[in-house]
Amino acid sequence: MDDSVQARNGRTRARHGLAQVRDGVRAYRLISGMWIRSLMAYRLSFAMTAFGNFAVTAFDFAAILLMFSQVDRLGGYSLSEIALLYGATCTSFGIADLALGSMDRLGKRVRDGTLDTLLVRPAPVIAQVAADRFGLHRLGRLVQGAFVLGYALVVLDIGWTPVKILMVPLMVLCGAGIFAAVFVAGAAFQFAARDAAEVQNAFTYGGTTLLQFPPTVFAKDLVRGATYILPLAFVNWIPALYVLGRPYPLDLPTWTAFAPPLVAAVLLALAGLAWRTGLRSYRSTGS
Amino acid sequence: MEPDLIAGPDLIELDGVEKVFDVRKKTGFLRREKHEVRAVDGISFTVPRGEMVGYIGPNGAGKSTTIKMLTGILTPSGGRLRVAGIDPSRERTRLARRIGVVFGQRTTLWWDLPLIDSYRLMHRMYRIPDARYKENLDRCVELLELAELLDVPVRQLSLGQRMRGDIAAALLHDPEVLYLDEPTIGLDVISKAKVRGFLRDLNAESGTTVLLTTHDLTDIEQLCKRVMVIDHGRLMYDGPLAGLHEAGESERTLVVDLERELPPLEVESARVVKVEGPRQWLAFPAAESAAPLVARVAERYPMVDLSVREPDIEAVIAKMYADKSTS
Repeated sequence: MDDSVQARNGRTRARHGLAQVRDGVRAYRLISGMWIRSLMAYRLSFAMTAFGNFAVTAFDFAAILLMFSQVDRLGGYSLSEIALLYGATCTSFGIADLALGSMDRLGKRVRDGTLDTLLVRPAPVIAQVAADRFGLHRLGRLVQGAFVLGYALVVLDIGWTPVKILMVPLMVLCGAGIFAAVFVAGAAFQFAARDAAEVQNAFTYGGTTLLQFPPTVFAKDLVRGATYILPLAFVNWIPALYVLGRPYPLDLPTWTAFAPPLVAAVLLALAGLAWRTGLRSYRSTGS
Repeated sequence: MEPDLIAGPDLIELDGVEKVFDVRKKTGFLRREKHEVRAVDGISFTVPRGEMVGYIGPNGAGKSTTIKMLTGILTPSGGRLRVAGIDPSRERTRLARRIGVVFGQRTTLWWDLPLIDSYRLMHRMYRIPDARYKENLDRCVELLELAELLDVPVRQLSLGQRMRGDIAAALLHDPEVLYLDEPTIGLDVISKAKVRGFLRDLNAESGTTVLLTTHDLTDIEQLCKRVMVIDHGRLMYDGPLAGLHEAGESERTLVVDLERELPPLEVESARVVKVEGPRQWLAFPAAESAAPLVARVAERYPMVDLSVREPDIEAVIAKMYADKSTS
């Protein structure tokens, strides 16, 4: 194949990929929009579930507050410092959960065969799965996280520099990207796990492994999947410690605080690859 | 916009299409045995534009696998497959705009939302021009009697209502071909008649090509001139329905209730296969009309009541196999 043909193929593929992304975003918007409209038909019910979501997640932070009524410091950290860590994590998770929280139903769709109905529509499957039953009430969790984060930013007594100020939204967005990657990878895994029992095994064994780590006060969300903990420890902790001006664990160099966008991009790319592999295997086995 | 039209009059083309699954069986704690299942084993056929074809066969014969390959859900393991000039597995989303799919066993509608929400979403997702959408929706609502159901959440619809809703959803974007996988399964007699009537009119008026799989030979009788029989992944028969009966030498059954118990009746071109008190079962060739037989029986015997039973697909196919192995 000569170079110009190859280049043209490359361009066609790139254009095709771009068109797919556009179609995906459009389908996501259409489907989630439909769910939001249907949710808004019952405003009171929506307000109640969203508030419930807010209240339940707020209990986590209430537990931390309770602990701080007995002690001044927890693992050497003050309440406002822990609030920054907690708030950033919760907000990140809240964004990813709001956007992609429905993806964990993929396994059910594979088992009952309803995934096939998504494959005959003119839109990328991942967008349809992610937007299905779009749960706006999940805003409750996000709002709760954002409150705590806001509180931390107000009460924290640190020397703010422009870089530190920029670091906060960057940290939250990259954290959301990493959680999103975990959601997608988790869904992709459900293509491979042939029956529910195996999925369950993965979670129970995975859960056991998780519990071997020392329980941290804000771990409740993290417990939702063993996989969350490693990338997050790397990405949320380190930029937060940079903001707080605290020493890094394991003597990591300062620049690692700026690695989150890279880590998020790599993890998202890997998750996308896992999704494609999973979908391709589904389309060749049909199970 | 339609360069594929020059591809020829055949809308669907299959040439030696295969689908092989690797099935793993647990044989021990960790040990697994792998073996191949040839779900579709070298199938070739073409369907011209505007035809309505029945695709039948027993459970596990490969019907659904074929439909899944034709819609791009599954990637074939071998052979060549084209629908409207498009390779379904490679350009699934492009093909999706040109085909309609109805799965009898599962809905393509959004389960928890009112029917109309699904339609509105299809309108946008398939980029159907407003006027076209309105026209198609109005026609479907009228012919499929959906007006009362539009605001009802899909999960509250009866099976027959849901099926009609699904058929409408598959037709809003003017598909060139409509695949129906068991469209009448589980429906009552009236719902079946409604669905069949609608499909017949659709094919006659819009010229939509229809490929339907079914268990119910009556569907085929009332809708399709052409029928394809698949079993063990191979095409056993492709031709008119009448020919299928000949090929399988299938028989219909005349059940007669007599005034009293009698010895087995003696009537030409029919034989008694079962006697139970005053009721007798007479088998006669499916290709023949029942009327002369009924006349002959009534002439000679005191008949009270009668009914005619159609052969089922399983029996026809079993017969085809038996003939094949003896010849």
